[in-house]
Amino acid sequence: MVNRILVGAHYGLKDWVIQRATAIVMAVYTVVFLVVVGAVGPDSFEAWRGIFANGFMRFATFLFFVSLFYHAWIGVRDIWMDYIKPDGLRLLMMIATAAVLVGYAGWAVQILWRI
Amino acid sequence: MAEMAIKKRRPKNLDLPTIRLPLPGILSIIHRVSGAALFLLLPFLLWLLQSSLTSPETFAGVRDVVGHPLVRIVLLGLIWFYMHHFCAGIRYLLLDLHKGVELEAARLSSKIVFVVSIALTLIIGAKVLW
Repeated sequence: MVNRILVGAHYGLKDWVIQRATAIVMAVYTVVFLVVVGAVGPDSFEAWRGIFANGFMRFATFLFFVSLFYHAWIGVRDIWMDYIKPDGLRLLMMIATAAVLVGYAGWAVQILWRI
Repeated sequence: MAEMAIKKRRPKNLDLPTIRLPLPGILSIIHRVSGAALFLLLPFLLWLLQSSLTSPETFAGVRDVVGHPLVRIVLLGLIWFYMHHFCAGIRYLLLDLHKGVELEAARLSSKIVFVVSIALTLIIGAKVLW
């Protein structure tokens, strides 16, 4: 019999699912991106810009970035939880991580919608 | 209190030099290291994307930066990290579905991850960086 001691309300299942869902989104995007770049063969600024000016690719790239930042949040947070033992420092690292990732999300939107 | 009870039951061996990590273990630690490195280099990558999409001049600037031998090596390393994280991640998704959880299959799939990710790195590196 598994005699596990349960801690907390939801046992981290939500994050476990999101980590995998975002991974699938990124994996699909990676294949799509490589195929598109392979087909276009962007050797000029206009061709390269054209890839992201396309409505579908802009949306897909945005979805990729959102998935990336959420995925990175869970992964980096797990790293802090594994190696940073003092509670205060761990909290500080988590807040800093979340802050930069939210900032990157804003930056990514700015990059994609200025094209 | 619960935490104490869990700690007591776990045997620990953290004498790193005496631990011989099997290939799936090496894959696992590279999965973590590559994820951390990609996270740390996100601002550089976002900056590269931004510059490449701003104007023909900044696009040419990115080409110059990427053409620098040192940057090339860093980017090749990043491509490998990305491809390793990608391939190892797919392996983990399959393990989550209980595919290939037996020892032999797990060892074989970790070998496949290394071969495929390095091959993809070389192909993409050759196309994009050289």
